[in-house]
Amino acid sequence: MGDTLALYGHLIAARIRAQLQYRGSFVLETVGHAVVTFLDFVVILVLFANVPRLATWSQPEIALLYGISALAFAITDLMVGQLDWLSNWVRDGTFDQMLLRPRGTLFQIVSSDFQLRRLGKAAQGLVVLVYALSVLPIEWTPLRALLLVATIPVSAVIFISIWVFTICIVFWTVDGKEVANAFSYGGQFFAQFPMNIYDRWLRRFLGYLVPIAFISYFPALYILGKPDPLGLPAALQFAGPLVALVAALAAGRMWRVAVRHYQSAGG
Amino acid sequence: MRTDWEIARRGFARYAAYPAATIAGAFTNIVFGFVRAYILLALYGQRDVIGGYDPSAAVTYVWIGQGLLMTIWTWGWVEIALRIRSGDIALDLIRPIEPLRVALAFDLGRATYHVLFRGVPPFIVGALVFTLVYPRDALVWLAFVASVALAVVVSFGFRALYNAATFWLLDVRGMIMVSGIALNLFSGFLVPISFFPDWLAAIARATPFPSMVQTPIDIFVGRTTGLDIVAALGSQLAWALVMIAAAQAVFAAGVRRLVVQGG
Repeated sequence: MGDTLALYGHLIAARIRAQLQYRGSFVLETVGHAVVTFLDFVVILVLFANVPRLATWSQPEIALLYGISALAFAITDLMVGQLDWLSNWVRDGTFDQMLLRPRGTLFQIVSSDFQLRRLGKAAQGLVVLVYALSVLPIEWTPLRALLLVATIPVSAVIFISIWVFTICIVFWTVDGKEVANAFSYGGQFFAQFPMNIYDRWLRRFLGYLVPIAFISYFPALYILGKPDPLGLPAALQFAGPLVALVAALAAGRMWRVAVRHYQSAGG
Repeated sequence: MRTDWEIARRGFARYAAYPAATIAGAFTNIVFGFVRAYILLALYGQRDVIGGYDPSAAVTYVWIGQGLLMTIWTWGWVEIALRIRSGDIALDLIRPIEPLRVALAFDLGRATYHVLFRGVPPFIVGALVFTLVYPRDALVWLAFVASVALAVVVSFGFRALYNAATFWLLDVRGMIMVSGIALNLFSGFLVPISFFPDWLAAIARATPFPSMVQTPIDIFVGRTTGLDIVAALGSQLAWALVMIAAAQAVFAAGVRRLVVQGG
């Protein structure tokens, strides 16, 4: 495990050094990424120009959901965004080479890229999060602060697990990659808004089965001290780490099944 | 004309060759459609009409928008940019038809495929789950179809324009990103333009972008009626001509300074 982490550090450091060689391009693209993702928040601002509240949630409260979701997803994208390319590797046979190397395939994919420009996404998520925290009248307690700090990595693990789990579809249908986007990018979008605006079936499907409600909604309720409009048990507000663990195990299991099923294109 | 038709058929066939990708893409459009629909519906707890849309019109707006997403290709179209970068554009230039005309014919074929297989299925799913509004007049349906076709041409002109920037810029990713931001926001794809604060709406309406999304949707949901429909179609046609002319001019200027290495 320690050995794997050290190797990961080595590989990522090399990728980062490579990207910093082209500083001008790097800066432009980082800013570009920040602005592109900020569009989602502009949408929220436009909506709140028309109404004072969205299903009992104020604009800064939604900004909190948005900030958590955007920041956790930016970390996810930074670490595993290259899963978007998996279908290409399966199609052109590059995946075969990965099977021959003495490391796990998922590890090789995760360590194969680290697009620093995606930090732009993280930056805008962080800015919105800081804005929300500065205007919201939160009564801080050690537990609330701890939950907030823990939520970002925990939510990133949930996002990563969802992405790994759903991208496995390309081992069966190479062209099916976009299905994973519905849950990765779509999941990020879904987590920017409170669960109680969605109809029950969609909540059950994307909120609990795909456990996106645990990414921003439940932790935000506790941080805000807001009564759950859905009246669900308060224990769920702390269930994030457990959900992340189960999701990660499920994703790992799915990945192994999928790779075992994989048949080379013979490239 | 006969050649254009044959090229358009190839455009259709190219995308028809990947049915699994189409199904996966439509699935994603549908998931996003549901999330977007519920977000807009949540606005109506406090008000009955926002920006001229009642709840049914707002949900209809979402599902038509999801259908237009691939039809007008809202994000990162690089067909021409890649050919300029690789030098393949030289092959296009020695052919007996203008490259932009070929690209437009091909794109109309592509858009026909996408409207049928990426546009209609999400709309049907939306119509099954939500109460939508439909035009009651056959003429309005006809105007809507014409409006979507014009939207594709305006969007093609815009896409060709930012692709032509490749003649000057080594790395067009920044350009493509900025174009995508402008298109998504000002076309009314993300939120209806009538929801914008006045100053932002004024900026949007001065651009060609509403012609790509907002105009056809407003004809469909009945926000634009009567003679205003004729005016809306006229405005789209004008933008289509302006964008194509601009793309041609920029493309021609780019070709004059083009140097293709190697042989």
